[in-house]
Amino acid sequence: MQDERTSQPWAGATGAVAAGAQEAINLRKRPRIREALIQGFLFLCGVLSILTTLGIVFELGKESLGFFTRQVWEDSNKALPVALAPGATELLLSRGGSGIQAGDLVRVENEVMLVKAATGQAATVVRGQQGTEAVAHAANVALFRGKRVSLVEFFTGTKWSPQIGQFGILPLVTATLMTSVIAMLVALPLGLSVAIYLSEYASERARKILKPILEVLSGIPTVVYGYFALTFMTPLLRGVFGQDTVQIYNMASAGLVIGVLILPLVSSMSEDALSAVPRSLREAAYALGATKFEVAVKIVVPAALSGIAAAFILAMSRAVGETMVVAIAAGQGPNLTFNPFRSAETMTGHMVRISGGDLSYDSIDYNSIFAIGMLLFLITFVLNIISQRIVRRFREVYD
Amino acid sequence: MAKNPDEQQGRSLTEPFANNLPARHRTARLWQLAFLASTIVGIVILTALLFNIVNSAFGLAAVQVKVDPATLAMDGVPIEKQTKVQLVQILEGSLKPAVYKRLETEKPFVGRSRNEAYDLVVERVVEPKVEQTWPLFDSLLHRQEILAEMAQEYPDAKAKFLSWIDAKFLVTPQSSQAERAGVRTAILGSLWTIAITILVAFPVGVCAAIYLEEYARDNWINRLIRTNINNLAGVPSIIYGMLGLAIFVRALERLTSGTAFGFADPTTANGRTILSAGLTLALLILPVIIINGQEAIRTVPTSLREASFGLGATKWQTVWAHVLPSALPGILTGTILAMSRAIGETAPLVVVGASTFINKDPGGPFSKFTTLPIQIYQWTSRPQAEFRNIAAAAIMVLLVLLLALNATAIMLRNRSSRRL
Repeated sequence: MQDERTSQPWAGATGAVAAGAQEAINLRKRPRIREALIQGFLFLCGVLSILTTLGIVFELGKESLGFFTRQVWEDSNKALPVALAPGATELLLSRGGSGIQAGDLVRVENEVMLVKAATGQAATVVRGQQGTEAVAHAANVALFRGKRVSLVEFFTGTKWSPQIGQFGILPLVTATLMTSVIAMLVALPLGLSVAIYLSEYASERARKILKPILEVLSGIPTVVYGYFALTFMTPLLRGVFGQDTVQIYNMASAGLVIGVLILPLVSSMSEDALSAVPRSLREAAYALGATKFEVAVKIVVPAALSGIAAAFILAMSRAVGETMVVAIAAGQGPNLTFNPFRSAETMTGHMVRISGGDLSYDSIDYNSIFAIGMLLFLITFVLNIISQRIVRRFREVYD
Repeated sequence: MAKNPDEQQGRSLTEPFANNLPARHRTARLWQLAFLASTIVGIVILTALLFNIVNSAFGLAAVQVKVDPATLAMDGVPIEKQTKVQLVQILEGSLKPAVYKRLETEKPFVGRSRNEAYDLVVERVVEPKVEQTWPLFDSLLHRQEILAEMAQEYPDAKAKFLSWIDAKFLVTPQSSQAERAGVRTAILGSLWTIAITILVAFPVGVCAAIYLEEYARDNWINRLIRTNINNLAGVPSIIYGMLGLAIFVRALERLTSGTAFGFADPTTANGRTILSAGLTLALLILPVIIINGQEAIRTVPTSLREASFGLGATKWQTVWAHVLPSALPGILTGTILAMSRAIGETAPLVVVGASTFINKDPGGPFSKFTTLPIQIYQWTSRPQAEFRNIAAAAIMVLLVLLLALNATAIMLRNRSSRRL
C-alpha cells in the first residue's frame, strides 16, 4: 500500500513545485487497477448469495422436473396367462386389474412394450421399446403399466409411496401443518406474553437475567430438542393422556417442542416491535387514567401489530421447515391423520429419512425428495416474503 | 347544608370511574401474573431440558460380566494390579486363538502398554454388559428399591453407578455397543467440517459485507443482493442440504471426492465427504455472517472514514486500515455465533450424506465423516435404552462446546463495547 502511494507522481509534488512548475500537475483521475480489482472481487462475494438462490431454484427445479416427467411403473394387477415368445406381438391379458389402453407403455420383467390396440383380454404391442430387448417371458409374470406423475395426483393424492407408484403428497403436508399449528398454538400466546412482560413490566435487572435465558433456548441445537421431545415430552403426554391414546411417536410431542424452539424467535422479534413504540403514546394513555395492562394491551400491542404479525409469520416458516424434532419424535411413514397423538411423517421428516441411507441418484426416491423440497422451499419463501412485506407496508411510523 | 353544584356534578362524573377502578386493577394484576407465568414457563422448559439430559447421562446400571474378574486373579494378585506379561497370558489363555492372532496382527502385544492390555482384558475377557439402566434422580432417591429390583431380575449382575460421559467416552471411536462407544470420530468430524466452513464462509462473508456497506450504490442489483440475503437467511436448513447434495456431492463429485487431485481411489470414492459437508454449511451460514458483518461495519463512525480520505488514502486503504480493524470485534462475534449454529446443524448433513457408521478417524477433507449432532441423532433413533444414555452424554459434550464458543463471543462483545 505504501508503494502505491509513493510511486504516484504527485507524491513528489513539493519537488515539482519547487522546480518552478515546469510540468503541470496532472490532476486527472488515474485508473486504479488494484482498487478496481478489489472492488470487483468484493462484488463477486456479494453476488455469490444470488448464485446460491439460483442454485437452489435451479437444482430443485431440475430434479422436480425429473420427478414429474419420470416414467414410473404401476402394478396393473394383470399378468400374462400364457408364455410369450420373443417375436410375438399379440399379448393375452388376465382378467381384473386396471385397464390397458392403446398408447400405454407396459413393462413385463425388463422389457418395455408399446400398446398399439387393446381389448379387455388381449393387446397388440410393439416389442422391445426404450432400448430394451424383446425376449421370451414365462407365464404368470406381472404386467406393469407406465405412467407419469401428474400435478393433480401430486396435490390431491392421499397416499405417498413413490416406490409403488403412489404420489399424493397430502399426508406429508397435513402432518407438517399439524405440527406447525400445534407449535404456533404454543409459541404464539407464550411468545407474545413473554414479549409484553419483558418490554412493559420487567425491571432492567429482571430483563438482564431473562433475555440471556431466552437466548440460550434459541442457541440449543435442534437435534437436542428432538431428544427432549422423544425422552421427555412423549412420556409426559403418554402419562397424562394414557398409553393407549398416545403413540410412542406422535405429532403432538413434536409440535409442542417445536413451539418451544420458536418461542425465542417470536418473543424477541415481538419485543423489538413493542419497544419501538414511542414513550409518548404510553404516557398519553396513562394521563387518561389507563392501567398498566390497558396501556400494554390496548395501546402498545395494536401500535406494534405489524411487527408482531411479521414475527408470527416468520415463526410459522421456521416451524414448517423444522426438521430434526419431527424426524426424531413425529414418527416414520406417511400417515393421513388429524389426530395429534398418532404418528405421521412430515415433509422434512420424510426427506431426512429417505436421504439417510446411501441414496442412488437415479432412483425415484432421489427425485421425489427434490419435489418435496421444492414445495417446502416455495411455502417458506412465500411466508418470508409476506413477513417482510407486512413490516414494510403496515409499519406505523411515529416521530 | 346546600352543596356546591360543581362539587355534586364532579362526584357523579368520577363515581362510575371510581367504581370501575377495583375491577380494572384486578384484571391488570391477573394479566400481569399471566405474563410473568409465561416467562417462567420458558425458564421451566429450559430447566426441564437440561435436567432431562443430566438425568440420562448418569445413573445406576445393572452390569453383568461374562467372566468374574476375581477368577482371573493370578497367585492372589487381582487383575487391576497384574503386570502386562500376566495380562497377556490371560488374553492368550481365554481368547479363541483366531481372535488372539487378529489382535496380535492389529498391533503386536510387545508394542502395547500395560494399560492397553488391561483394557483388552476387561473388554474381551470380562466383557461387562449393561442389562438395564436407571436415570440419575431415581438412582439417588430410590436407590434401595432399584437395588432390590436389580437383585430380583438380574441376580448375577452387579449394581454400578455409571457416568456415561467420561474421559474414555471422548477418546474412543464409535462402536456398535453402547458401553464401548465414544464420540472421538464425531468430534474430529465436527472440527474438520467446521474448519472448512469457517475457512470458506468467513472471508467470503466479510468481503460481501464490506461490498454492501462500503461500495454498493443504490441500484437494482445491489438491492437485489440485499433482499436476497435476507430471504436466504429464512430458507430451511434442509434445503441447503439438498443444494449440497445436488451440487457438491453429485455435480462436483470429482473435486469433492478428491479423485481430481489423486487423493482418493476413483473406484470407491464418492462425493459424500467432509469437504462437501463443510461447503454446504458454509453456504448455510453465509447470510448470517454477512448480516452480522454489515451491522458491525455500520457502527464504525463516518468521521473515521473521512479522516482517512482526507489524508489521501484510497477507498480500499481506508477500509483495510481503519474500517475493518474497528469493526473486527463485531464481525468476529457474529462469526462465532454463526459457527455455533453450524456446529449444531444436523439435517443438511444427513441429506449431504454423513456416514451412518465409521470408526476410523477422519484424515482430511476427502474422508467420509460423521459429526456430533449426527451421532446424537443416530443414537437417539435407536430403540435400546443404553443408546439414549450415550446420546445424552454426547449432547452434554455438544452443549459444553457451544457454551465455550458463546462465552468467547460474549467476551469479545464486551471488550468491543468497552472500547468504542
